[in-house]
Amino acid sequence: MNTPATTTLPAHETCASCSVYRAANLKKLGVNMARWDYVVALAGNPNTGKSTVFNALTGLRQHTGNWPGKTVMRAEGGFDYDGKRFKMVDLPGTYSLLSTSLDEQIARDFILFGQPDVTIVVADATRLERNLNLVLQVLEITDRAVVCLNLMDEARRHGLQVDERQLARDLGVPVVPTAARRGEGLPELLQTIRDVATGKTVCRPQRLEQEPPALQPALASLLARLKAAYPNLPNARWVAMRLLAGDDHLAKALRSGELGTLTNHAQLAPVATS
Amino acid sequence: MITSSSTPESVAQAEEILREAQRWRQQIPGDLHEHVVEAIYSQAARLASRAVTRPGLAAQPTLDRTIDRIVTSRMWGFPIMLLLFALMFWLTISGSNVPSGLLASLLVDQLYPMLREGATSVGFPWWLRGVLVDGMYLATAWVVSVMLPPMAIFFPMFTLLEDFGYLPRVAFNLDHLFKKAGAHGKQSMTTMMGFGCNAAGVVATRIIDSPRERLIAIITNNFALCNGRWPTQFLIATLFIGSLVPAHWAGLVSAGAVTGVAALGIGFTLLSAWALSRTVLKGEVSTFSLELPPYRPPRIWQTLYTSLIDRTMFVLWRAIVFALPAGAVIWLSANIHVGGNSIAEHLVGGLDPVALFVGLNGVILLAYIVAIPANEIIIPTILMLTVMVTGSHEVGQGAGVMFELDSDQAVKSLLTAGGWTTLTAVNLMLFSLLHNPCSTTIYTIYKETGSARWAALAALLPLGMGFLVTFLVAQIWRFFS
Repeated sequence: MNTPATTTLPAHETCASCSVYRAANLKKLGVNMARWDYVVALAGNPNTGKSTVFNALTGLRQHTGNWPGKTVMRAEGGFDYDGKRFKMVDLPGTYSLLSTSLDEQIARDFILFGQPDVTIVVADATRLERNLNLVLQVLEITDRAVVCLNLMDEARRHGLQVDERQLARDLGVPVVPTAARRGEGLPELLQTIRDVATGKTVCRPQRLEQEPPALQPALASLLARLKAAYPNLPNARWVAMRLLAGDDHLAKALRSGELGTLTNHAQLAPVATS
Repeated sequence: MITSSSTPESVAQAEEILREAQRWRQQIPGDLHEHVVEAIYSQAARLASRAVTRPGLAAQPTLDRTIDRIVTSRMWGFPIMLLLFALMFWLTISGSNVPSGLLASLLVDQLYPMLREGATSVGFPWWLRGVLVDGMYLATAWVVSVMLPPMAIFFPMFTLLEDFGYLPRVAFNLDHLFKKAGAHGKQSMTTMMGFGCNAAGVVATRIIDSPRERLIAIITNNFALCNGRWPTQFLIATLFIGSLVPAHWAGLVSAGAVTGVAALGIGFTLLSAWALSRTVLKGEVSTFSLELPPYRPPRIWQTLYTSLIDRTMFVLWRAIVFALPAGAVIWLSANIHVGGNSIAEHLVGGLDPVALFVGLNGVILLAYIVAIPANEIIIPTILMLTVMVTGSHEVGQGAGVMFELDSDQAVKSLLTAGGWTTLTAVNLMLFSLLHNPCSTTIYTIYKETGSARWAALAALLPLGMGFLVTFLVAQIWRFFS
């Protein structure tokens, strides 16, 4: 276990393993990030409180608004948690990662080519079904994801009960319920981010169970070729799907050889001691 | 181990894969996108139904729904929208008079003479004192006293409305108008962003995926009145429009005038979108779904804080940064003489014929040239130039020096002495809506479109419309009076 260097009183040492203490151990770094240990991407539907989560963790005051489409650029900030420095990238809020619009392209390319150590998908607990569409698409691209089930306070107000454990089992990645506006659940979120980043928690995302029947032969054939050419590609099926859809960026990455450098995190990332 | 270097065989391999992908694409029946979306949706539905339960009653019609039914109704949507905005403008106009006067008397009446004397007693040469105190300081003092009060009232109100969730409803109301004009419905959102800052509005058009509709949204964003232009509207409406009616109606009438100009901006947005989509940017209208987020009780203190810091202070700071050099330039141009007249007098005299023809004046046009970097400094520039041209030596201490104006009435009498009429004021309000975007916005348009041509069109289209509209108004005005 890491013990924080600032500890002076012995009583604190016993607290060090407690999650509440760790939250107090959060240092918001704003935009002053010279170096970092891990990169965290923040994705999600518009108007789910992504920017609120971003601000709460980085101490920045990105303008938030009750307003879908607030963030169309990549905003970056950082925080120091438990002695590790995390760079956080706030991606544009999108409903999907499939279309050609610039905001979706920015989000898609960052998750694929930026290879963040953790991708947080902020989901609106009151509109879970629609938000899961994006979660499933993100899980096709990356293994290392955390679902931040936000707006739990509103869900309660609307009389909804969301079983986050069931959801976590079904998705194969950690699910953390939060109410970011009130700061609820953020200590747990931080801890989960840390655990996934360091490899302490290994995600086994459940990917699309049923491939679209019309695509099965095409996918199978492309997949075989991709796997032969790039045995380390972590998301071959998604790449195959994008190639079928005629994604120019991916075609370019394939031609330039950039695609070949994308490898499964779990195979390369040094296993951090914790 | 795979390396990133692309060897000949890896390139060949890549091409092979791409060719195969293309082959398959042609064989897949129906729309590929739809197949994928279907698979994702059905799995999402399955997962959600396993995780979410709704004990007790099924959802009863919520308050949100009831509010939405009213504020987005065909009958009440637009009237409520106009009333709400007029109310905000009215509060801004009637609330900012007193603090504006106080700030002006502090910064201009008291601090300015002290600084001037101070500079003299320290032994500054007259020209240095002129550039620093009469130019830079006074321009900045004016920016602060004219702009700070209305912004400190307007922006927090606007942000509260935004936080509450009303703006997407405005967008919803406008959506079908935009579609009829041949633009993307999402443009209603980027227009709303433009009401804060056009450069931000232009960047926000990234949410529009069709390039054609995105260009329309970029080019027409300037018709949404931005932060830097609100103070001009508020001040001129108060001075010239409000004064046409008895005092107790003045606030309402000025607010009505500002609402009218803002609504006219929407009108021009739609008109230009319509014209563009039928000429240079022809094409189909794409559909999209607009999400109406739940109303959320705004967090008052946090909103006040962020709107004061992010908006008021941001805009004020930008205004000051540009007012400082502008003040120096104006003072110099008023005090460097070429052939008997100052440079500024030459410029104003040169612009006057065109300007008076369209019902403005040379001072206003020159101010709009000086203020290309930031619309925020229009009012101080106009005031300084007017003093100089009218040679109001009795209120100031010489050409190019700003003077003691302790009330809005003094500003008005100065402008009237400069030959201003109600027509000038009306046309200034219109020209403030319809002219080239600020240089930051033009640069943003250039970066977003990657084309100097579109940036030029986006700059020249509103400018051309500005001249056309002010010309027509001047003709009609002169015909009837």
